This record gives sequence, structure tokens and C-alpha cells, in this order.
Amino acid sequence: MISFEMPKPLVQTRTVVETVAVNMMRPISREMDENEHEIPWAYIQFMHTATKALGSSSMAPEETAKEKKKDPEKEKRPPINYQRLMVMVEMLSWGDAGIYLCTPGGMLGAAAVSAAGTPEQKKRFLSRFKGKEPVFDAMAMTEPQAGSDTSAIRATAVLDEKTNEWILNGEKIFVTAGNKALVDSKGFIVVWASLDLEAGRAGIRSFVIEADTPGCKVTKFEEKLGIRASDTVSIVMQDCRIPFENILGSPTVEKSTKGYKGAMETFDATRPIVAASALGVARAALEFVQEKLAAEGVTIRYNLPRQKMSNLEREIIDLETQLRQAWLLTIKALWMADNHQSNGMVASMSKVKAGKVATVITQKAVEIMGPLGYSQEFLLEKWFRDAKINDIFEGTGQINLLVVARNILGYRGSQLR
Amino acid sequence: MYSFTPTEEQQMLLDAVKRYAEGDIRPASREAEENSALPPALLEKGWELGILQASIPEAYDGFGDYSVLNGVLAAEGLAYGDLAVTMGVMTPNLYVIPILLAGSEEQKKEFIPPVIEMEWKPYTAALIEPSFDFDPMDLKTTAERKGDSILISGEKIYVPFAKDAESLLIYANLEGKTQAFIVAGDTEGLTIGERDKTLGIHAYPLYSLTLDKVKIPVSQQLNGAAGHPMDLILASWQVALSAMAVGVAQAAYDYAIEYAKDREVFGVKVAQKQSIAFMLAEMGTDIEACRLLAWEAAWMLDEGKESSFKQAFLAYHGAVDMAMMVTDRAVQILGGHGYIREHPVELWMRNGRGFATFTGLAMV
Repeated sequence: MISFEMPKPLVQTRTVVETVAVNMMRPISREMDENEHEIPWAYIQFMHTATKALGSSSMAPEETAKEKKKDPEKEKRPPINYQRLMVMVEMLSWGDAGIYLCTPGGMLGAAAVSAAGTPEQKKRFLSRFKGKEPVFDAMAMTEPQAGSDTSAIRATAVLDEKTNEWILNGEKIFVTAGNKALVDSKGFIVVWASLDLEAGRAGIRSFVIEADTPGCKVTKFEEKLGIRASDTVSIVMQDCRIPFENILGSPTVEKSTKGYKGAMETFDATRPIVAASALGVARAALEFVQEKLAAEGVTIRYNLPRQKMSNLEREIIDLETQLRQAWLLTIKALWMADNHQSNGMVASMSKVKAGKVATVITQKAVEIMGPLGYSQEFLLEKWFRDAKINDIFEGTGQINLLVVARNILGYRGSQLR
Repeated sequence: MYSFTPTEEQQMLLDAVKRYAEGDIRPASREAEENSALPPALLEKGWELGILQASIPEAYDGFGDYSVLNGVLAAEGLAYGDLAVTMGVMTPNLYVIPILLAGSEEQKKEFIPPVIEMEWKPYTAALIEPSFDFDPMDLKTTAERKGDSILISGEKIYVPFAKDAESLLIYANLEGKTQAFIVAGDTEGLTIGERDKTLGIHAYPLYSLTLDKVKIPVSQQLNGAAGHPMDLILASWQVALSAMAVGVAQAAYDYAIEYAKDREVFGVKVAQKQSIAFMLAEMGTDIEACRLLAWEAAWMLDEGKESSFKQAFLAYHGAVDMAMMVTDRAVQILGGHGYIREHPVELWMRNGRGFATFTGLAMV
């Protein structure tokens, strides 16, 4: 039955997370933005303690469908882990998108382990998030010469058969939270590397490198337009040895790109989560504008025919409409993920739409608020800078359009380049 | 709990509508457009699907419960076939649904069964007026109370089937508020004018009419002298149009995909060009986004949620732009062929522009 009722547990989650956003994120938003490489430890410690009470905050939902079946009582309730994550991420990003990216307890790296790892790997890598100290993870995919085109990855993994270890070599850039994962905590990063450069995408696999592994070093901190509270680093692997068991997926290279596609499916879950983050920033900006206008006695009249609307009304109503549309695409993508439906197309649609909407809303908000929008006295100018990343990371808007286009046209990558 | 899966009954409705839209409506739509006429048998077949009848409780001779969501699902499916036919089949909705939503008990008992029991008949409504700043909430047609009577004067355009109408619901401004009045087709002072010629939906017979002190008893004001709120009626117009906009857009989008995958250019298919593929991806994304917002607004109306009226407005606002964007691009993707009437995309583009203007012409 079609329904748009937010489940009660999600309403509760939203309320709790809103308190965090209001009290722990907004007050330090400006400060964290101005001190780029500082870490919001108070927030991190709080979230680490609180997530246990709140339930899963991880991109790696704790219960898989199989594990759930053991409990017949639980089976009756439809799964909502991804939907809960969306509500949390949206609200935390409404608080502060940069600080949100410092949330401990499992982000993109954990999502990859969760999607492609064996039960043994999941236990070994994911259990650390429940320890005493906050732990971080990261995904290392981009290289200086390879962004959206992951087939151009040049990092290599060679098996040393004597020691049964993988030897990794190469450089990764733009690793979100890479330093927190490797240096500031006993976390891990998931690194994409090639088993066989000749094999192209078919040779690409992901590997888990844990903190304190010799030969793996953080070499550079990027200075960015926005989301400055979150570290974005370069990582160099120089004869970095990891156990054989740290490969996610099959260690043999076959002619097909099945292994690669498996890895790409991780994005079906993570793209709508990035969309959710975009929507949080967008909502923050739109609400700010609406509140300022209301305080100035400007009312937005709904239900007017277009030819009677003021330009301001038209703009605000447009933005509000777009925001809700993107939100609905996102919840649908994650509802599908929760219900084990193939959601690749809607997931990419949600990312396309939300990335665009967040960019447009924050840009328009600065415009509409005039001198106030441009001023650092308020957070609008920061949200304008923060929002833009959502149209870039986890697949640019254009790459996601390509994914959507291939889906709707039924084309493979070779047919639609 | 969120869910995007229709119920079994809704799925049956969707399937039946799809068969009719693809099997009956679509093959007849171009000829209907060129002839500016809706084949009566086609209307009757659509009426027999019982979409309106299933929205009317048994007390008024229907066989179901009013559901905006069901109406939205049906409206999208029908409009996928053709918009003019859809509006034609659903014309009695314009008369019955406001009575159901806002009429008094006596009015529901008196006016709904004759429409519901019979074959499709032209019961209709008159809302739109001939001015650029036409506003459903600020009408120029006036209603004046004189004792137990009401006198209505003004001009209306785009009144579906006005020439043959058994009875009409006429909207007028009563002391600053829009109110609806039930007026028999042969009431004195009501003059049906010329057939209106428009940019699109040529098959849908629209007429101008003038009201010169049309006199009706107060008992024929919707909900009597107490009057009625317009919120629900306005929202119903908006979600119905949102759903139809999605249906028209989906038709144009599907057609453009098929064409682009077939047509060769520079040794590849047109669809293999990113400039085209990206247009299609954006079209598909915005169609789905608008569909979800229309569903949500409909669901909120059914559930009586706070801010459901605003949601209906937002759904409509978004759908108007989406329909124009998608239908324009469908023509663009077909290039020169898109401009030729042999293909339906030019018709969909003309119809797509209309959603900004169609308030009052669709209701679920």
C-alpha cells in the first residue's frame, strides 16, 4: 500500500538528531570552518557514545536480511535501516555538512565492506566501531589521473605467494576522512587497486588497509572550498603489505567485470545517502531564507496563479518544490534498498536531483538574501560552499546522469560512453 | 511506514486503465485531435472502467470510497493515452466530486446518483474566465444573493461540453469568496457561445458562455446558504492535473526513447550521444520526482494531513514546469520529425503547455 507516513522510530530518530544538530553542530559551525584542519572531538565523542543509544548510524546496516530471519518477531516489521540512516544524515547535514562527515562509526569504507565482504570480514572490520574509542573509515578510489573513470586506476596489488600478502603500490587522492581513519583512530580505508593493469576494469578490486600498516602514509591535507571540518587527504602506498584475507571479493581476474560491478553496487546504497546530506544543507539554507522573510513580514502566498506571483514567491515555491521532489526520490531509493529491490536507477536519480537541488538552493539563497547572503555573519555563504561538494563526490552529477541514461536506455558502458 | 507499492486493487485499476489507454485511446487520439471531436463510444468505454463510480459511496449509488490516490493513479494512466480523451472521460468528475466533497447531504442524494447511475453524460463545470490574471480564488463572475435566490453574472471560457450539458457547476464570486452553484443547462440567462479554439486538446469540446443574471434558488449553492470552503476542491484540481502532466510527459518520454534508440546518426544511434542521453536522463528523473510528489499530495489529502493543500499546490507547480520541459525535449529529440504531425510529440508539447492554464478542467 502506497504510504508516505514516516515510521515512528524514524520520527524519534529525527527529533533526537535535531537536538544534536542544534546544540552540538550549529554553535561550532563557523569555528570549524575557519580552522580547517581541526577535529570536532567533542561532537565525535558525543556521537560515539550516543549512536549506541540511537541505533545504527553506520552506512553498513548491522542486520542483513538473512540474519534478521532468525527472529520471527522482527521479520514482521519492514526493514528501515537505510531509511533511518537517511533521516540521520539529512538532519546532521542540516546541522553542519562538514562536521557530519566526521561522524565516527562507519561511512563509505564500511559500506563497501558491508556490500562486498564475507561474514568473517564484516566481523573483523566492522566490530571495531563498537569499541571504547571512536573509529573512522574511508574509501580511497580517486587517483591524480583517475576520477570518475575508475578504469584508469593505476594503483596495483600484487600477491606475494611466499607470505600470502598483498603488496600495494600507488597514490590515492581526495580521501574523505582518510587521516581520521589511519592516523587519528584505529580505523581502516578501503583502497581500489588493480590486480592486472592489462585487464582494465575487470582487474580492479578493493582492499582493506588498517591503521598502522607500514608503507601506507597520509601525505597531504587538501584545502577546500567547503566542508572544511572534514579532512580530505592524499595517501601513498609504498610496498604496503596487507593480509591476503583483506581483499573484498574474488582474488582471481576473470574476463568479465562482475567483480567490478559488484563493487559499483556499493554506490546504490551510498549515493542516496550522499543525496540525503545534500538535502540537509539545502533545507538549512531554504529554512534560513523563509525565516528571514517571515521575520521581515514578507509572506509567501501559495495557491496563486503564476501570473500573479511575485518573483520572490515564484523562486521560493520553486525551491521548495524541488527540495521535496529530491527528498522523495531519495527516500524511495533507500526504501528499495531496505526491501532488497534493485535500486541502481532511482539511487542515481536521487543523487543527480539532490546534488543539483542543493547547489541551486544554496546559490539562490545567497542571491535572495542579498548582502546578508554574502556575509560571514550568517552561515548561508558557508552552506553555499559546503553544498557544492554533493554535486561532485560519490560520482559527479554528470556521471550519475550517465548511469541513469544507461539504465533507462538499457545500454552498457560501451554503448553509451 | 513508507511504501511505494500499490495495493492489489490499485494494481488491477492500473492494469485496466493501461489496457484502455494503450489499446483504445492512443490509436484514436490523432484522429480525434484533427477532427476536434471525441468519439462517444470511446468515452463510454472509459466511463465503463468505473473510475468515478468507484470513488462514490453506496449511499449515492456508487460502489466505493473516495480516494484521491486512486484517482491520481487512474488519471496518470489515462493521460498516458491522450489528454483530451482523459479529460473527456473524466468530465463528470468536475460536477460530482465537488458535490461529494462540499455539498450538503440533500445535494449529494439529489445530484450525484443521476450522474453515476447512467451512461456517460455531459455533466460539467465552469471555472475559467477570459482574462490574463484569471484567479480561481478571485473570480470576476459574480453571485449576488437576493432573498432566497442567487443571481449569477459574468463570462466563462473553456467550459467542457457546455453545449450539451445537462447541468453545470458554475463558480462565481460571492461576497469576495469563490463559491460553486449547481445550474441546469437550460436555465434562463445562460447563453452558450462559440466553441473555444485552443493551442492543444482540440478533441475536447470547450465552450464560452455568458451568464446574465442567471437565477437559481439558494438551495443550489453548494452546501446551501452556509457555503463551503474551496481548499479541497482547489487541491483536487491540482493533484489531478499533476497526475495527468506526469502521464503526458511519460508518453512523450517513452516515445522519445524509442525513437532515439532507433534513429541512426554519424554511425551510432541518436541515444548513444550524451547530449541526447542526458536530456532523457533528466526527463526520466523529473517525471519520477513529480510522480512521487503527486502521490504524496494525494496520500496526504486522503489522510487529511496538515499542509496537504500546500503539498497539492507544490505538486502542481512542479508538474507544470516538468510537463513543458519533457514534452519540449521530446520534440527536440525527434528533430524535424518532432515538428511533423505524423508523430504525436508535437501534440503532447501543445498539451504540455496547457497545464499552467488547465485549473478547473480536471478533478479526482
